Amino acid sequence: MGRHGSIGAHERCDVTESVELNHDGHGGGDDATRRDFIHIAAGAAAVGAGVMMAWPLVNQMNPAADTLALSTIEFDLTKVAEGMQVVIKWQGKPVFVRYRTPAELATIKAEGAVGSPPETDADRTKAGHEQFLVVIGSCTHLGCVPTFNSGDYGGWFCPCHGSHYDASGRIRKGPAPRNLDVPTYEYVSDTRVRIG
Amino acid sequence: MSDHESTYVPKTGIEKWLDSRLPIIRFGADYMALPTPRNLNYWYTFGGILMLCLVIQIVTGIVLAMHYVPNTEMAFASVERIMRDVNGGWLIRYVHANGASMFFIAVYLHMLRGLYYGSYKAPREIIWILGCVIFFLMIATAFLGYVLPWGQMSFWGAEVITNLIGAVPVVGEPLLIWLRGGPAIDNATLNRFFSLHYLLPFVIFGVVVLHLWALHTSGQNNPAGVLIPKERTAKDTLPFHPYFTVKDGFAIILFLILFALFVFYMPNALGHADNYIPANPLVTPAHIVPEWYMLPFYAILRAIPDKFGGVLAMFGAIGVLFVIPWLDTSRVRSMRYRPTMKVFFVIFVIVGLGLGWCGAQLPDAQVVPGMPSFMLLDGQLNSYLWLTRLLTAYYFAFFLIIMPWVGLKETPLPVPASVSEPVLDGGIPEKKG
Repeated sequence: MGRHGSIGAHERCDVTESVELNHDGHGGGDDATRRDFIHIAAGAAAVGAGVMMAWPLVNQMNPAADTLALSTIEFDLTKVAEGMQVVIKWQGKPVFVRYRTPAELATIKAEGAVGSPPETDADRTKAGHEQFLVVIGSCTHLGCVPTFNSGDYGGWFCPCHGSHYDASGRIRKGPAPRNLDVPTYEYVSDTRVRIG
Repeated sequence: MSDHESTYVPKTGIEKWLDSRLPIIRFGADYMALPTPRNLNYWYTFGGILMLCLVIQIVTGIVLAMHYVPNTEMAFASVERIMRDVNGGWLIRYVHANGASMFFIAVYLHMLRGLYYGSYKAPREIIWILGCVIFFLMIATAFLGYVLPWGQMSFWGAEVITNLIGAVPVVGEPLLIWLRGGPAIDNATLNRFFSLHYLLPFVIFGVVVLHLWALHTSGQNNPAGVLIPKERTAKDTLPFHPYFTVKDGFAIILFLILFALFVFYMPNALGHADNYIPANPLVTPAHIVPEWYMLPFYAILRAIPDKFGGVLAMFGAIGVLFVIPWLDTSRVRSMRYRPTMKVFFVIFVIVGLGLGWCGAQLPDAQVVPGMPSFMLLDGQLNSYLWLTRLLTAYYFAFFLIIMPWVGLKETPLPVPASVSEPVLDGGIPEKKG
């Protein structure tokens, strides 16, 4: 809305000459008026209310309480035979529990820190339980489940885009950006682990 | 040609009454009388075909939603129930599933037509950009829909595609969990995908309205690529109805024959057998491939050795389409008069098909079986990996280098002064007597 000259405003609003006002009540000068304040305050309140209304609509897509409640499971390690792996489901994702053979362990230990980021096998297992490897069985590239005991490094091979992992779950070749993730887990006894 | 005068005259009392309150009959009548360039060829019928595709998908989709259950325990079984028990359910589902493929066949031809005849150039940039928005929404809708049957390909397709978002630095991981509604693809994901799959077609419909509004404002392009000045409207255009409704109608019949061929004789030819195995989060199918219409973009994704780089390249391949109006420096719209560009265009079409072919192959497989080759950086030279990279390079070079460069350097053929000049020398003669 264009500002009117003070003469026109005087005529229309019929106010005394000493108070310069436009017909919409704005001051003639640059001073903020009560109306400016109301505009800004109302605008800010509307934006604030809009954001507060929008947030639940956005946040409802985050994991629900019952989904989060499924966050730990326990697993009995006696179910895994030496040289084999068991795939269990944790939080909807596959988890590999692999019982490595002495030959596999020897190969891995000899390699030292490799993969991305470079890690030794000891970084990825619990002391005293080095024969067991617990990793999340989703390829860190695009989430396919790598196949057991295949690929060029004796670990896993992802059929989707050709990533090769070794028997410590470290990425050795292919497009995957990271080693297979090790979930948070602990030994509750010598033969039981709690994942999550 | 765009701002043509309304020729509708309400005849009956009720039409006059309605016309002064809601001039909806006038809107329809003016739409049908729209002056349309008389030289449009059959490549211009895909707009109408696409409108039909959208209506078919919405109608069959609404019906399918009456029987489908968006729950991981029941989704697969509910789709099989539609196929076996629901009256005519098999037909409705096959029409919907193959309809998606038909939609993409039509949209690709529609886009290539626009590219060839320069339909994106001024004053039609907004039409083109809205078209790109529709294309992107179509890809999103098709992806969401493919997840719903909850077969193996549904599940692992969703896994791979949502993981693309996880490649975004810093915010990728929380964004991924937010999108999936949990740490993995699960019931929450299926539910929201169903909701969005139902929503997006109506968003597409809204953008189609804008697409047509922009089209009717700036006027239709034509194979000669010349603008039709107002004073030549009578000579160079014909009313949309009956001339082009009939032409579109004939093309629609041919298109529906192709459609019916798929629905009735090979309804699963464009799908994957693995999607008839219920989703199993613990086992990945040996060979994951997206639907055929996504293959070129999937190939581009795999061509880049870096995960986030691949994602950027894939979205960039669609994103570059949006800026074509400003990448093309040529003053001539139609490639009919651009012999040099025509060659690059034909190569581009072959490259697009080639990328689609590569997207369906294993990256390590040999292109020429048995031919010896050597290791180049991270792959054998004689592998789909390197063929894909070559084709990807051309895809981007076509838009980012060839298009601006050829436009500046080429010598186009003489462009006709009007639509009718190339047919009848000196335009259409005036009627005698």
